[in-house]
Amino acid sequence: MSDNCKVMPIETSVSRFMSDGVHISIGGFTLNRNPMAAVYEIIRQGFKNLHVYAHSNGTGVDELIGAGCVDKLEIAYAGNGKTAATCIRFRKAVQEGTLKVEDYSNFMMSLRFLAGAMGVPFMPTLSGFGSEITTTWGFPEEMRQADPKMADDKLVIMDNPFGTWGDASKVLLVPAINPDVTFIHVQKADTMGTCRIDGLTFADVEQAKASRHVVVTCEELVEPDELREFPERNQIPFLHVSAVCHVPHGAYPTAVYRHYDYDAAYLRAYAAAAKDDSKFVTFQEKYLYGVQNHQSLLSLIGQERLDAIKADARTGYAVNMKRG
Amino acid sequence: MQTQDYSLKEMMAIMAAREIRDGDIVFAGTGISMLAATAAKNINAPNCVIFFETGAIDSIIEELPLAVADPRVMYWSASNTGLLEAFATMQNRITGDRVIAILGAAQIDKYGNLNTTAIGDYHLPETRFSGSGGGCDVASFVPRCIAFMQHEKRKFVEKLDYLTSPGQLQGNGSREAAGLRPGGVNVVITNMAVMRMDSASGEMYLDQYYPGVTPETILDNMQFSVNISQAKQARPPTETELRTLRQKCDPQRLILG
Repeated sequence: MSDNCKVMPIETSVSRFMSDGVHISIGGFTLNRNPMAAVYEIIRQGFKNLHVYAHSNGTGVDELIGAGCVDKLEIAYAGNGKTAATCIRFRKAVQEGTLKVEDYSNFMMSLRFLAGAMGVPFMPTLSGFGSEITTTWGFPEEMRQADPKMADDKLVIMDNPFGTWGDASKVLLVPAINPDVTFIHVQKADTMGTCRIDGLTFADVEQAKASRHVVVTCEELVEPDELREFPERNQIPFLHVSAVCHVPHGAYPTAVYRHYDYDAAYLRAYAAAAKDDSKFVTFQEKYLYGVQNHQSLLSLIGQERLDAIKADARTGYAVNMKRG
Repeated sequence: MQTQDYSLKEMMAIMAAREIRDGDIVFAGTGISMLAATAAKNINAPNCVIFFETGAIDSIIEELPLAVADPRVMYWSASNTGLLEAFATMQNRITGDRVIAILGAAQIDKYGNLNTTAIGDYHLPETRFSGSGGGCDVASFVPRCIAFMQHEKRKFVEKLDYLTSPGQLQGNGSREAAGLRPGGVNVVITNMAVMRMDSASGEMYLDQYYPGVTPETILDNMQFSVNISQAKQARPPTETELRTLRQKCDPQRLILG
């Protein structure tokens, strides 16, 4: 098994698979299971001009935008639940014209990852007819044609080629996505890269299977035999994975079901700082550039706060945690 | 104006809960929509199933989630899947026709079309919002959608700055002509009133106004006019409804404030 070992430090995985201008996606959803250790490492290593594919990856996407790493963003929802109805650095970048955005819906983005995972050029849906998502393009045609990694069309509407079969007169086709790299954080991975996710998988599995490289960070790193005992509980087999990094609390400040909750205090402090440019710089200097790695961030946050977000064994989240 | 011993948020949550029928599959977002769904389950629709776009179905909501990806939606659900499965459940008519959805928006027009994307020019907006999320998908697939809105002129607009989620489009059957199945927003619940869409024309009309509010005040808070001839006063929340909402649904007052 040792020949198949993909374990490496998060710093190495980021420097090996990232470069300026690559197309990436990150797992998780709003304030849950974002691969934050990887996101912070990408920011610290200074990668720029990234093309990011997102459905609703709130916390991580807003941090990447806030650090000036993102040039183009294809997204469905840039909010972070009740902690930010609209992600603040995202909103600012769009309003100031420093971020190019293409809007889709969550189902459309999920189908695009599925198409990429399946190796087909597009997937059909009955969503979106009459919406300006179909008529207003964020990326101009010239930009699309100039980039071989982008489909020429944002989407295509056509008559149902099967007539009225399936009770549909028209279908909307969304183009496949194949990111260069996808970063996901999971509860358990083995040394070869097989992953076991507890709770909602969001679109992590499709995102991983659509990507040329997948970097997995995990709460628990185990030997392959442990995950082979109940293989039906594993969602991503090692074939798709390029690197495995053992990073406990690697999704902090977002939640990991059955391990820890989101840190509402951190997310609210981030939101408050993000509203003001100079406060945001101070915030980034303290929590992002002022720490060497994720472990140093966790030390700065302190054991008391990590204890406060520790998941309860019965429910999988921190019961009665202060969230207001 | 009669003395109220309930807040407008409580009124809105109860009015939405009353729209939910026993056995409905309720698509909820965050905030007051989740509160309305849990209120319905605890008051008038014990067999309704709460369901989230992230893929959690029939979770036990012991604490109100702060997002649809909150680990609080994952506890004791029938299954924890993902986005594809959740939206497929709504696109598939076998299950989709049983869904009632609750949505919010920055702007709504008289045909129940919603804007959750931007105010001003899309390419360089005055105010950018989160975007569709699952809103466009839900409004495309689901036969009954409730929109939660604040009754303000800048929100009830003659023309949307961006049409994110389709309602009746331009009315008179244009929704179906565009390729959509029947559905979209058919009820609008605000801090003043309950409005509905006329099934033939697709246009909004005033159905109920809250105690202490007149139909004229409601019209003053909209850019477009609606038919008020069928309007009646809404029945305020009962004591049982209020007690359940406060004690069982949001004891931490995360949403009720």
